[in-house]
Amino acid sequence: MNTLKKITSNQMFIPLAALLLLIIFNLIMDPGFFKINLVQNSAGNYVFSGYLITILDMGSELAILAIGMTLVTAASGGQDISVGAVIAIGGSVILRVLCGTDPRPEVLKAPIIVAFLISCVVCMIFGAFNGALVAFFRIQPMVATLIMYTAGRSIAAWINNNTLPVISPAASETFAYFGGFIPGIPIPTPVFIAIICVIITMLILKFTNLGLYTQSVGINENSSRLNGLNPEFIKLMAFVLLGLCVAVAGLIKVSRISTINYSVIAKDIEMDAILAVALGGNALSGGKFNMIASILGAYVIQFLTTTLYKFKVSADALPAYKAVVVIFLVVMSAPIVRDYLEQLRKKMAASRKEAAES
Amino acid sequence: MDKNSVLEMRDIQKSFPGVRALMGVDFTLKEGEIHALMGENGAGKSTLIKVLTGVYTKDDGHIFLKGSEEVNIHSPQDAQRLGISTVYQEITLCPNLSVAENMYIGRGDGSTVNWKDMNQKADKILQSLDIPTTAAAQLSSCSIAVQQMVAIARAVDMECKVLILDEPTSSLDDQEVAKLFKLMRDLKAKGVGIIFVTHFLDQVYEVCDRITVLRDGRLVGEYEIADLPRVKLVSKMLGKEMDDLSDIKGEAKEYSKDDASEKVFEAKGLQSNAGISPFDFYINKGEVNGFTGLLGSGRSECVRAIFGADKVIGGSVSKSGKPINISKPIDAMKNGIAYLPEDRKLDGIVGDLSVRDNIILALQVLKGFFKPFTKAEANKFADEYIKLLGIKTASADTPIKSLSGGNQQKCILARWLLTKPEYLILDEPTRGIDVGTKVDIQKLVLKLASEGMSITFISSETDEMLRTCSRLIVMRDRKVVGELKGDELTQNMIMSTIAGGESKE
Repeated sequence: MNTLKKITSNQMFIPLAALLLLIIFNLIMDPGFFKINLVQNSAGNYVFSGYLITILDMGSELAILAIGMTLVTAASGGQDISVGAVIAIGGSVILRVLCGTDPRPEVLKAPIIVAFLISCVVCMIFGAFNGALVAFFRIQPMVATLIMYTAGRSIAAWINNNTLPVISPAASETFAYFGGFIPGIPIPTPVFIAIICVIITMLILKFTNLGLYTQSVGINENSSRLNGLNPEFIKLMAFVLLGLCVAVAGLIKVSRISTINYSVIAKDIEMDAILAVALGGNALSGGKFNMIASILGAYVIQFLTTTLYKFKVSADALPAYKAVVVIFLVVMSAPIVRDYLEQLRKKMAASRKEAAES
Repeated sequence: MDKNSVLEMRDIQKSFPGVRALMGVDFTLKEGEIHALMGENGAGKSTLIKVLTGVYTKDDGHIFLKGSEEVNIHSPQDAQRLGISTVYQEITLCPNLSVAENMYIGRGDGSTVNWKDMNQKADKILQSLDIPTTAAAQLSSCSIAVQQMVAIARAVDMECKVLILDEPTSSLDDQEVAKLFKLMRDLKAKGVGIIFVTHFLDQVYEVCDRITVLRDGRLVGEYEIADLPRVKLVSKMLGKEMDDLSDIKGEAKEYSKDDASEKVFEAKGLQSNAGISPFDFYINKGEVNGFTGLLGSGRSECVRAIFGADKVIGGSVSKSGKPINISKPIDAMKNGIAYLPEDRKLDGIVGDLSVRDNIILALQVLKGFFKPFTKAEANKFADEYIKLLGIKTASADTPIKSLSGGNQQKCILARWLLTKPEYLILDEPTRGIDVGTKVDIQKLVLKLASEGMSITFISSETDEMLRTCSRLIVMRDRKVVGELKGDELTQNMIMSTIAGGESKE
């Protein structure tokens, strides 16, 4: 009984249980879901292929965003809904730097690393904009980021004069590596990028006080201030770090298709990123967080998406299915339901004891 | 029921789980009088008000109103219908509506509103009460005092017989207070009975006719203002009879030794945005001093200004003679100042974090963002102080919010002791904690001072301050009004200095 309680009250329980549920469902419906093949892709390289590879590949951007979203949630007690739109901006900046004014360049106008770094700076500035609204003007995070959510994609289109630049393989073969495969390596590159991001995050959390400060500010801003912290700065920093995550996700997104579609790129990804944080058992009202649980949550969501695609659910109908998951999660984590379940458990234990005694 | 009374409350009882908030309290309000309801925190003032306004239901007792038999008040609507209106400390009106709308909101008898009629009526009332605003003005464009008056106007128009003003003056400046008092006197002339709750003694003696004093949920007495000099009022509120009190000599003095000449911290004309008058302050090495005064007199605001917790807007501070600049808490911390805040829940603990994280927090912040303590170091600090202060917790990993009040307070104390401060400020460290822990904390304060730490100690309990402090700074109405040391440190002196005014007669 006690061990059961210990397991269910652990923060990793919800994402792990959801993952297990999805695995069991797929095993019953079609064990072929888990098959991984080595196939030759269009570039002539041998690469792994299969639904599991798709999940790891496509879940990368989401996992990277979940890192930043977790920090923002912890420090500000709210969420950034502009990440999808800022990904469009970041992607657009990369293409603008690489292509210059020519939408079909023969050669790249700048090294990819330069383009990426500029995009990082731009995305962090937009993060700082959101963060400043939240930290200094005390605007609700969702309302503050609604501005960029609305304006972001127009800004992205404006950066490239509303043209759609394309990086052809002739101009650069390397550019497509970030969202595809590096020749000779059968695992998609985004998986590695995500792993690197996670490792860096873990190192930062271990070797700095980022975790303690953000949680402290999220739980009690007054005490944090009286203990010498600067809550405004810490909130701002969380948004800037999310901006950096957005830039990385933006690079992967544009590299995948070597071009950009301003209105579609990373559409609705903010909702999945927020859902990942929630699925990880982190309170959306801020405070304590578990980074690994959020990242796991991101992959569980991708697992769900891929499963739904496999069962031929159309992209249009997808949100409805996800909504069911959200409803379940939100209701289950509501204090009222938790209290009720706790009472139910006590009652059951009591009646069992009674039965044993009689 | 006396025919002059508009309200009589008899033998009111009210209990909450674990506390008896009101034990047989009587209260009588006469027609056309301003009646002060006085008492320290926890005396039962607000409970009595809430029983009267229907927020709480009384357990036992009787309430009579003029012109009716015994009444039962079960909800604020009941109270309003019976002509009992309340104006709270915080404005409870809608800032984005007009003055007239605020006066008539929720009072319509039907679904339609006659705007013209409403505005005309509102203007008439505003004029008759001499309130400087118009019916069409948006409420948020008026000053706080005017908003307060609009709330009163709303109450008056509802033909109230009993008007309760719950600390209406806390956020007003002197001129605004004067305007409010004029309005109160006008209403009094019209026969309204006014119950006035405030912490400001000067104001009580300026406008009130009678005083009812409560203490620890019991009625202490009801007095004509002329019969109760300030000193007596203070002694009634604190529950100390002036003459019985032999002077409690503090053990403190033996600790305030020779090297006490070095001024560890000195402030000149310090002023913050929390509404206290500029004050001078100093503390010597190894000295324990304290701020005393009634609740709301500005004790906490003073130490918050020293620590930089409120925005400092004037004055200069120096440490051991050298000028320093403190504009935010981290500056104070870097200069070896530590501050245990008055409100443990709101300003002290970081609820969801573990006992360990709560203890190391301040030292960690001082050490820097890129230099986190290892888990082993953090555990060592936490275990050391859990043992030293006898903190009762399941483990260092337990969230601090699940500890009892006293143990939470010890954790916050541990947090600051860990930073090895030269100057420690303790604002009400013993409030709401058990007696054993109180004594522990007092002993600790004296021990630390004997080791050379300078300490400022604030407590609502004068005994406690007499036992620990060797010098007391007395505050009244947000001003420093005196300093007591040596032989002057007696209950009598403290009370008469707090009371001020006529005390010297």
